Amino acid sequence: MTCRQVVELMTDYLDGALSPEDRARFEEHLAGCDGCTAYLAEMRTTRRVVGRLADESIPKSIEDELLKAFRDWKGETR
Amino acid sequence: MTPLSFAGVGEKRSDSDLEALRSGDEAAFRALIQMHHGAMLRLAMAYVRDPGLAEEVVQESWLTCLRNLDKFEGRSSLKTWIFGIVMNIARSRKRKEARVLPFASLWRRDDSDSRRPTVEASRFGGDGMWSVPPDSWSNVPESKVLSSETMRRVKAAIESLPIKHREVITLRDVAGLDADEVCGLLSITAENQRVRLHRARAAVRKMLEEYLT
Repeated sequence: MTCRQVVELMTDYLDGALSPEDRARFEEHLAGCDGCTAYLAEMRTTRRVVGRLADESIPKSIEDELLKAFRDWKGETR
Repeated sequence: MTPLSFAGVGEKRSDSDLEALRSGDEAAFRALIQMHHGAMLRLAMAYVRDPGLAEEVVQESWLTCLRNLDKFEGRSSLKTWIFGIVMNIARSRKRKEARVLPFASLWRRDDSDSRRPTVEASRFGGDGMWSVPPDSWSNVPESKVLSSETMRRVKAAIESLPIKHREVITLRDVAGLDADEVCGLLSITAENQRVRLHRARAAVRKMLEEYLT
C-alpha cells in the first residue's frame, strides 16, 4: 500500500469497515510510516474537535419555553 | 434496518429516557433537551443557515417529538428518532426559504459520492509515498486545538461543505450517531456514508492543518 492509498482508507479503518486482509496491510504500512501515523492521529483529533460543536448549551429562554410546553403536553395527555 | 442493529449500551439509556418521557418526568425531559441541544442546533444549521431559524427548528422538533411520542415504536433509538425529526423539519424549512439557486448550480455535477482523492497529489512522490508529510499536531497546545477561534473555523469549514457531506459529518461526529443509524436516516448505503464522512473529515482536517501548524 502507498501513502496515497492509505490516507483514503482512514475512515474505513476507523469505522472497522476494512476486510481483515486490508486491515492487516493498513496497519503494517502504518507501523513503518510516520506521515500516515500522523495523518491518522489528525483524523482522530478532527473527529474529536468536530464533536465539541455539540457542547453549545441551551439558552435559558428556550429551555423555559420547552419546559412549559412539556407541562402543557403532560396536562393534555393525562 | 432491524431494531437489533441498535442494540447496545446507548439503547438501554434511551429506553429509560423513553419511559421517563412517557410518564411525564420533567427532569428527564430537561436533561434530554440540555444534552442534545448543541447537536440538534448544528444539525438544523446544516440545512437552514439562519441561527434564529435553526433554534425554531429545534423547538419545533421537541414539540413534534412530544406530540408523536405515543406513535414512536422504538424501531430506532429515541435519539435517532429525535434527530430524524430535526432533519425533516429543517429540510422542510429550507424548502420554504425557497432561495433561488444561482443558475450555474443547476448543472453543477454532484460528485458527493465520488472517491476523488482528498489529499493533493502534490503531497506525494511518484511512488505514492509522502513527499510533504503532515506535520504532527502533537506539539500544538490543547488550548489552541479547542480554542473558540478553532471552533469558529471548524463551523465555517463544515458550513462550506456540500450538503451531503455536511449532514453526514454532523450526524456522525457532532450528534454521535453510529454508521447504521446514519445510513437509515439518510437512506444511503454504508459505502456512500463512509465516502461522504471521509471527504467531510478530510476537508476539516485540511483546514485545521493550515490553521494549527
